[in-house]
Amino acid sequence: MSERLVELEVLRYNPETDSEPRLQRYSVACREEWVVLDALNHIKESIDPTLSYRWSCHMAVCGSCGMMVNGEPKLACKAFLRNYEGVIRVEPLAHFPVERDLVTVIDDFMDKLKRVRPYLIPKEVKAVSDGEYRQTPAELKKFKQYSMCINCMLCYAACPEYGIIPKFIGPAAIALAHRYNQDSRDGGRAARQEEVAATEGVWECSFTGACSDVCPEHVDPAGALQQVKIRSTLDWYKEHLMPWLKA
Amino acid sequence: MAISNKPIVWGPFAAGGTVTAFLTPVLVLLTLLAAFGHVPDVLAYERLHALLGHWPAKVLAAAVVFLSLWSAAHRLRITCHDLGVRADIAVATLLYAGALAGAAASVLFLARI
Amino acid sequence: MAEGMSRKPYLRREGLSWIFRHPRYLRYMTREFSCLFIGGWTLWMVWGLKQLADGPQAWFAFLEYLKSPASIVFQVITLGFAAYHSYTWFKLTPQALPIQIGEDFVPGAAIAGAHFGVWAALSIAVLHLAGAF
Repeated sequence: MSERLVELEVLRYNPETDSEPRLQRYSVACREEWVVLDALNHIKESIDPTLSYRWSCHMAVCGSCGMMVNGEPKLACKAFLRNYEGVIRVEPLAHFPVERDLVTVIDDFMDKLKRVRPYLIPKEVKAVSDGEYRQTPAELKKFKQYSMCINCMLCYAACPEYGIIPKFIGPAAIALAHRYNQDSRDGGRAARQEEVAATEGVWECSFTGACSDVCPEHVDPAGALQQVKIRSTLDWYKEHLMPWLKA
Repeated sequence: MAISNKPIVWGPFAAGGTVTAFLTPVLVLLTLLAAFGHVPDVLAYERLHALLGHWPAKVLAAAVVFLSLWSAAHRLRITCHDLGVRADIAVATLLYAGALAGAAASVLFLARI
Repeated sequence: MAEGMSRKPYLRREGLSWIFRHPRYLRYMTREFSCLFIGGWTLWMVWGLKQLADGPQAWFAFLEYLKSPASIVFQVITLGFAAYHSYTWFKLTPQALPIQIGEDFVPGAAIAGAHFGVWAALSIAVLHLAGAF
């Protein structure tokens, strides 16, 4: 039943009336076990209904509530108030345009996700009557961690290269391409390489590693990107130095 | 979007980063020991001159120099870009040329030993 | 979209402030800066190769210059940065080169540990072969 008064400083931006964002202070009576999302919900319900933000599951599986909490990309439903002291600054996810308040424009990511073809392109097309695709536990484990991505875009907010080079396809998209490339049922790697091995694909990555640091699902996109770099490099040298070898 | 030719510069960078990771600290330690007056035997003129007189040693030394300079050049190129220098092509040309020049110089000097 | 509503997305400019947003970015820049000293030291050693090729007097002068205070400071800093490069490189290796044996992946600590072990053994071997001890 314990409550404490928490100060939140939230970025506000109304595209119809504001020329630029501003910070608004809220004093919120919070329960001990609350996360930032609970505080935001309380603000919207009882203090300021105009506050806009995305959220859904409140349990770190939907990826909707990504935002900057004290300058660090976090899921608002996973940022526990008890871990913060003083005024908590809540801003929209970095490196994305601000639509309104804490809502960002995510079209860029959605477009990039489409471009890497994040779906199975089967090696062999089977009719339903031919039966199911079979996979050993080892084959599953090979790509499983990369399938845990919830598209929350925290990695894009953390990645300095994405901040500097907006065209960079980015950690999550490439990690998801890697997820399918590593899937034994898949035969679409060559098709994905057009995007993934392009200059604005994996090659803008400088292995800062911030993406893996902030990923709430422990996908380790940085690892995926380095593996893609190594494989793409070996491909390139094989193709250019030993063209008689079939891929 | 076309498949990039970045592997040309990234391959040697990765190799050079690995080589410098394994070798550079101990090599710097050797020269540092010499700086403090405890010249390791291999750094005496006769020993080093004899060692680098052998062609395999020359090739190895040249390879280590090239990979070390190349990986440093590539990393510096990325760093310049991180720090906001937008003229990437100019920076890359300058740095890679510098690395190649250093490597070429080492080959010339090693050939004379 | 509701009638009368207009969109005007706001693009935030970051500049170089990201470097100071979290210690991990400072560590990244430190790692990147190691290239200045590793590259610079290597170029200096290429100059040393020239001195070696020019004969015993030139080589002796090169060794003597190593002892100057500026040289020592530069070498100490280079040693620090080179060691940091090695440390970060080997720590990151498991992410780039995962090894799956059977169903499970070899723990990252084992892969990194193996690299650190080889680094230590190689360094000791080089020091011994060089006659440092």
